[in-house]
Amino acid sequence: MSASQPTVVLVDDHGLFRSGVRNELGRRVEVVGEADDVQPAIAVIEQTTPDVVLLDVHLPGGGGQMVIQAIKPAHPGVRFLALSASDAPEDVIAVIRAGARGYVTKTISTDELADAIARVASGDAVFSHRLAGFVLDAFAALPEAGPSAAGGQVRPSFDPELDQLTTREREVLRLIAQGYTYKEIAKELFISVKTVETHVSSVLRKLQLSTRHQLTRWAAERRLA
Amino acid sequence: MRDIRRREPFRVRHMAVGPLRRDPGDRLGGGVASGVAAWRGFNVTSVRIAFVLITVITSGIGVALYIAGWLLIPARDNDTSIAAKARGDAKGIALAIGLGTLLIFVLLIAGLFNDGWIDGWAWPQVFSAAGLILIWRNAPAEEQASLRHLIEPISAAATATATQARFTVIRLVIAGVLLIAGVSVLATAHESLALLRPLSAVALVVAAIVLFLGPWWLRIARDLVVERQARIRAEERADIAARVHDSVLQTLALIQRRADDPSKVVQLARLQERELRSWLFEGKAPGEDGDATTFAAAVRQIQEDVESRYGVPVEAVTVGDCHLDDNLNALLAAAREATVNAAKWSGASVISLFAEVEPGSIQLVVRDRGQGFDPAEVPPDRKGLAESIHGRMTRRGGSATVTSVKGGGTKVALTMPRTPAKTQPSTRSSA
Repeated sequence: MSASQPTVVLVDDHGLFRSGVRNELGRRVEVVGEADDVQPAIAVIEQTTPDVVLLDVHLPGGGGQMVIQAIKPAHPGVRFLALSASDAPEDVIAVIRAGARGYVTKTISTDELADAIARVASGDAVFSHRLAGFVLDAFAALPEAGPSAAGGQVRPSFDPELDQLTTREREVLRLIAQGYTYKEIAKELFISVKTVETHVSSVLRKLQLSTRHQLTRWAAERRLA
Repeated sequence: MRDIRRREPFRVRHMAVGPLRRDPGDRLGGGVASGVAAWRGFNVTSVRIAFVLITVITSGIGVALYIAGWLLIPARDNDTSIAAKARGDAKGIALAIGLGTLLIFVLLIAGLFNDGWIDGWAWPQVFSAAGLILIWRNAPAEEQASLRHLIEPISAAATATATQARFTVIRLVIAGVLLIAGVSVLATAHESLALLRPLSAVALVVAAIVLFLGPWWLRIARDLVVERQARIRAEERADIAARVHDSVLQTLALIQRRADDPSKVVQLARLQERELRSWLFEGKAPGEDGDATTFAAAVRQIQEDVESRYGVPVEAVTVGDCHLDDNLNALLAAAREATVNAAKWSGASVISLFAEVEPGSIQLVVRDRGQGFDPAEVPPDRKGLAESIHGRMTRRGGSATVTSVKGGGTKVALTMPRTPAKTQPSTRSSA
């Protein structure tokens, strides 16, 4: 895979959106395939094994996570970047937990999207401001346990380390939620961009691996809300 | 969408408006129970249970009563009852009387053989059967169709395919044997030697009837459910169509007319996006906004107001939520001021609004990448920063930090301690 020209498959049920993205990204990435639903997407991805799949959270044939689940085992090298226009947080979190490396909104600018694709292609995680908010929300401590209580009150769980965000990770997420770029975050926190990326990747890992019931409960509550 | 379903109850229960009418739209038989329920404002199910109880207690008179209701109460949107129409149906009346007499004879003969408890149940059914014939002949076309459904077993036996027919025949034969066995045991049980005998006889008869009619009953029940679901779905679709028309289509039309003004188009699109989002994910109908009662909703309100007034997109993210109090209202007022300032002066293309509810305090950050300013250069008579933001916050025990770099944007960080109160775990984030 070449760092400058990652290969991309677009999966979105709106043809208009696909052609728009294809046009805008034309020179920045190499679009090797398109699909408008779960089954065609799986076929195209298996055929082309792109670096990055730009995956709509909602597809007519099911959630985007179905594509990820079908592809991941056989092609661990294919990375997924979820994107959508407007979604319920629990759906976004579900796609991330299925294995997507990031989530951006469709209102993202072309530059940022190209940047996000490059980032995901190189193995980093990409969090939009909205995803950062969702994650902070999902990991928000229980009423009695604030970030200050990170070491104190740990809920019984499989692996407590996965259930808490570190103070630093929380800071990084907060800044992302405020619209900071990674570079700006690095400057603000006096750390390197690489470190910011490490923090974000580690949050992603926790999000995907955490078995904590709280995450499930959070999603359930959202569903009821 | 789950929210829509939640707000569209299964069937709206309305109190008596107008006279008693059967409701064929929600029926098991003739819609009498739902008619009564709607008339008196009761629950349909309780009315149905009451009917069954009356039937059991009065040994079968309930069925006759139901049939009478079916005959005498006009259907909804209809002024003449079936009975009124049946009066002109000489042939039907003759048939009903004929069948009635036949039944009376059968019952008289059956009555000779047992101690009479069948009679108690069966006599009212003479009237029911006669009534059903009149209904059958005189009901509106739609009701006739559903009645035809009920007696389908007999006609189906005639028209079924070979294998189906064989099954049906086998079932009917078994049912017939059981029925004859049951009835003969019943008929000879007039001495009521043991309680067991009539009981087992009843069981036999019931088994026969279930075997005979069971599959059709099942199908009828299923059809009823399917029909009801289809109706609900149609109503839901109409509701969604109406809303999409009211909001999305109108906005699209506006956008087409304003195509030459990109900022206006963006503004319209964002307004529409927010409206849809709050409808889809929060179950809030467009326009039913009212005053925000929670912190996250209030933040969203700031976002909406600033976007629609100044045409600058505001990306708002809230983490956690809680109820509003005076402290928070002050915080929100300061945040609004900061956001409006950013929209008016910074020249930034987007403003970030981030709020996090923590157990002890609430943090709120308003940030833009605009031109920035030097806080020291702001003339002291300019109220915005000093009074509206700093003053508001410090009076309530909070704090405000303004960081601004010329050419590098502005960041207003507000912190307000929380008065210990109940948190609300359900939260929102939105852009």
